[in-house]
Amino acid sequence: MAVLILADHDNENLNDQTAKSVTAAKAMGGDIHILCAGDGCNGVAQQAAKLDGVSKVLCASDPAYGHDLAEPLADLIVKLSGDYEHLVAGATTTGKNVMPRVAALLDSNMISDISAVESADTFERPIYAGNAMATVQSGDAKKVITVRGASFDATGDGGSAAVEEIDGAGNPGLSEWVEDKVVESERPELTSAKIVVSGGRGVGSKENFELIEKVADKLGAAIGASRAAVDSGYAPNDYQVGQTGKVVAPDLYVAVGISGAIQHLAGMKDSKVIVAINKDEEAPIFQVADYGLVADLFDAVPKLTDQV
Amino acid sequence: MKVLVPVKRVIDYNVKVRVKSDSTGVDLANVKMSMNPFDEIAVEQAIRLKEAGQVEEIVAVSIGVEKNQETLRTALAMGADRAILVKAVDNVENDVEPLAVAKILKAIVDEEKPELVLLGKQAIDNDANATGQMLSAMLGWSQATFASKLDIADGAATVTREVDGGLQVIKVQMPAIVTVDLRLNEPRYASLPNIMKAKKKPMETKTPEDYGVDASPRLTVVKVSEPPERKAGVLVGSVEELVEKLKTEAGVI
Repeated sequence: MAVLILADHDNENLNDQTAKSVTAAKAMGGDIHILCAGDGCNGVAQQAAKLDGVSKVLCASDPAYGHDLAEPLADLIVKLSGDYEHLVAGATTTGKNVMPRVAALLDSNMISDISAVESADTFERPIYAGNAMATVQSGDAKKVITVRGASFDATGDGGSAAVEEIDGAGNPGLSEWVEDKVVESERPELTSAKIVVSGGRGVGSKENFELIEKVADKLGAAIGASRAAVDSGYAPNDYQVGQTGKVVAPDLYVAVGISGAIQHLAGMKDSKVIVAINKDEEAPIFQVADYGLVADLFDAVPKLTDQV
Repeated sequence: MKVLVPVKRVIDYNVKVRVKSDSTGVDLANVKMSMNPFDEIAVEQAIRLKEAGQVEEIVAVSIGVEKNQETLRTALAMGADRAILVKAVDNVENDVEPLAVAKILKAIVDEEKPELVLLGKQAIDNDANATGQMLSAMLGWSQATFASKLDIADGAATVTREVDGGLQVIKVQMPAIVTVDLRLNEPRYASLPNIMKAKKKPMETKTPEDYGVDASPRLTVVKVSEPPERKAGVLVGSVEELVEKLKTEAGVI
């Protein structure tokens, strides 16, 4: 049997999460195929074909798939599912939106956000905001899975899979896309960046967040934020790191003015090196930080920007 | 319009979770339990729709143990009109899987015929983020997940969704499934008079068998273990020292 991975992309570039899902799929066993569903996504299919370990890329280019709407995408995956034992996607907002729908249509339970593959039917996944790790064994014939990108290295290039154009599976027409509100940024993508600088409630305002931006740009880092900072309007929602936001595991995570609530730690505690800058020496963030600096961030962050 | 709001009873978000020494799960004995925070946001949204005159009736549903009636009383005290308790397990440690929950909810939707089901996007215990999407698939309805804004007009819901790249706005036909994200609203606290009134609101008790659903689990929990612990780090005295350590000791910049 084989594994089918739903590619995560924006019709131009393949998201790094797909290469991480390939690494997870290699441990499940069997051929690895990638489904690129999108609108004018042939270029993405070519990128997917280069990933090491992938033997076939299915490319379904159709306006129905242009905006990752769950209903048509799930129908397409279900139509293709006969040949596969594992149906896999990255645990991105697209994967989380589509895959449970696929699981329900196949009468399988969902195996969300896996952090390790023990065998073809046994997986580890974090529960309770990562405060416990559950190892679960699936009795379903079709395993429907999302993969936590921060727990797997991206598979490299080196493959030369065949790309096969396939037909879509129609559009039930239940939903329509209206608009995307996306801020274009030159900065690295949060979930694949080597360095992340995050700001929390301590940053104090949207204007002050510029301090975080400056040090991030000097380091070539992505910017993150705690839930408190996003709720307060200091930073946009797509910056949020935590249990219900993005999960990151960069080489260096710099937490600025972040106290370290459990739900924030859930999104960053697998980072290789954690730095915390906070004026409150009792802040829980210091319990997970490799290097802690008890200081006023308005004094320390500009200095840090100058010195790196 | 009638709205159905499923609510889950979970370990309170402020409680420190402890893994049991026999690795079978987390310790839920004598631990404070509350309504899943995302479900509170769903209940709040239903009440706001009712206050705006768009909804006539709010039905809250909870699936789990007998004590889930406390969670339903909270929903009733906030402003739901009536409640359905589905007693699916005897032991709080046996989590009812999203697939089984969605099947029970589908049967309830078939009976109650709501035009909208509002759910939390995920429960903070199993973190599965699946039930709403599964229910939508089973019903063949439209779905809008991770909602941070919801407007209903002319038989359709316009939903702003929090996605990885920012925000996505979609328009979904009613009847619809909407799962809610953190920033949709701030849930109210139930007032004491409303808590008293809630005790008189109707609550039915059902079982999965009443709906012809087999709620037995598909996943076997092999073990539950502690996450890897991080080693305690060091405090540095200055920005200079920090930069020095990051360059030489950690080698990350």
